[in-house]
Amino acid sequence: MIQKEIDIVIVGGGPAGLSAAISAKRNGIDNILIIERNENLGGILNQCIHEGFGVEIFKENLTGPEYMQRFIDEVEKLGIPYMLNSMVIDINSDKELTVCCRDDLYKIKAKSIILSMGCRERTRGQICIPGTRPSGIYTAGTAQNLINLRNYMVGKRIVILGSGDVGLIMARRFTLEGAKVLAVVEILPYSSGLPRNMAQCLDDFGIPLFLRHTIVNTHGNRRLEAVTIAEVDENLKPIKGTEKKIECDTLLLSVGLIPENELSKNSGVIIDETTGGAIVDENLETSVRGIFACGNVLHVHDIVDFVTLEAEKAGISASRFVKNKLERYEMIKVNPGVGIRYVLPHFISTKRDVKFFLRVMKPGRNKMILIKDENRIIKRIPKLRVNPAEMIRFELKKNEIKGVKELWIEMENVN
Amino acid sequence: MLTKRYVCIICPNSCEIEVEYSEDKINRISGNMCEKGEEYVKKEILCPERGLTTTIKVKNGSLPLVSVKTSKAIPKEMMMKIMDEISNVEVEAPIKIGNVIIKNVLNTEADIIATKNINKKVK
Repeated sequence: MIQKEIDIVIVGGGPAGLSAAISAKRNGIDNILIIERNENLGGILNQCIHEGFGVEIFKENLTGPEYMQRFIDEVEKLGIPYMLNSMVIDINSDKELTVCCRDDLYKIKAKSIILSMGCRERTRGQICIPGTRPSGIYTAGTAQNLINLRNYMVGKRIVILGSGDVGLIMARRFTLEGAKVLAVVEILPYSSGLPRNMAQCLDDFGIPLFLRHTIVNTHGNRRLEAVTIAEVDENLKPIKGTEKKIECDTLLLSVGLIPENELSKNSGVIIDETTGGAIVDENLETSVRGIFACGNVLHVHDIVDFVTLEAEKAGISASRFVKNKLERYEMIKVNPGVGIRYVLPHFISTKRDVKFFLRVMKPGRNKMILIKDENRIIKRIPKLRVNPAEMIRFELKKNEIKGVKELWIEMENVN
Repeated sequence: MLTKRYVCIICPNSCEIEVEYSEDKINRISGNMCEKGEEYVKKEILCPERGLTTTIKVKNGSLPLVSVKTSKAIPKEMMMKIMDEISNVEVEAPIKIGNVIIKNVLNTEADIIATKNINKKVK
């Protein structure tokens, strides 16, 4: 076993980890280590070959690999150390990490840790699809990995369950590669993907979208032969008599992403049940002092540019912590109210300007976001259109929240 | 006269735009919040364009595929034709981001360029 002492350990070398490392280095910390379990840096962007990345940060429409390479180049240029093919298997509350590599086991004592492990896909088991257990059932991201990185075409006649962005993008990808996408099946009355992905991934290719439908059975023994879909009622229960069988050899699941927080829990970090990520303050510090979180392990983002911006902040906070310069103010609570699924950060000091991220419960038009304390409305933010698929960002200036004891964020209709 | 609804893909407002048009003339556009929406819809009706991203086979590379894109948007109906054209192409590693793999693909004035660095395979 090899022992090491590191100022800032970054767990995960995807977009969040890379940006956090660059930011920590630029803020004066040299003894940094990025630990990545894969054989290369860049995380999921390696397989996201489509465009739409970087519009916010670079004002350019880049593909995933192009976006990621800019950060890898910067990490190399700054000489930030990283370990590949290395998996953190434990983090304890003293900020000691156990790392498993091909050659040895490492015990690393960190002054500060940045959690940037990303998220994983919800699987068939978690949504309890009945039926047989043949081959040919994949999560959308696994199929994306096989097709885009390994040159392995997974099927010819495809049904996709869930209309999240990964599923929509895979519908287009399959079609371009010569497969037939027979249906995208969504249990909700609206798509959970971005409207522009609906337009350019489904409408462009005439792929039918079945809203208020789900899969109630799978058929086939060795290989998938068909799925049965059915309409659902307002309680999302299948309606008898609406079943329809679709012959297909492949079922793709695009049914949600889960922040990968098993390690965080070991270290004592408290998790928000709604986001699946850590509870954090305005410094992105978790409930364990010196442990910070950013990117999809904190909450699932729809745009990587926002991951980068969030990770930069975590890098700054961790470097301040290591230099004993992270201010310890008293924090107040920020609560999601009517119409709001979650809002981050969970705690703020009111001593400085804060940028917030929130997601709404359901799509709508002509809404007003209200920022309230116990007595008054502090701010109103009009929104022509809201969608749970699109994160909303807003900022509060310190003079707007001075002296506030608790905050509520709500949404109401505008007439 | 035809009436069609579009979701504008230019910005997150995702305006729902309604257009009335005939053969090659647009009569009325409504629902867009800005001029970009009008431009988008006109282009969608007259000559819709898309950027194409896909992969190309690699010889002796650290990965079997390199991701690529068209250097500019191409007419939508050319997408499948370009996919066919690309399916027979193979490139030798190493490859750098920005390398032109096919110049002026099918006379669209767009090049197929690499979007990923691929190293030579280590034996």
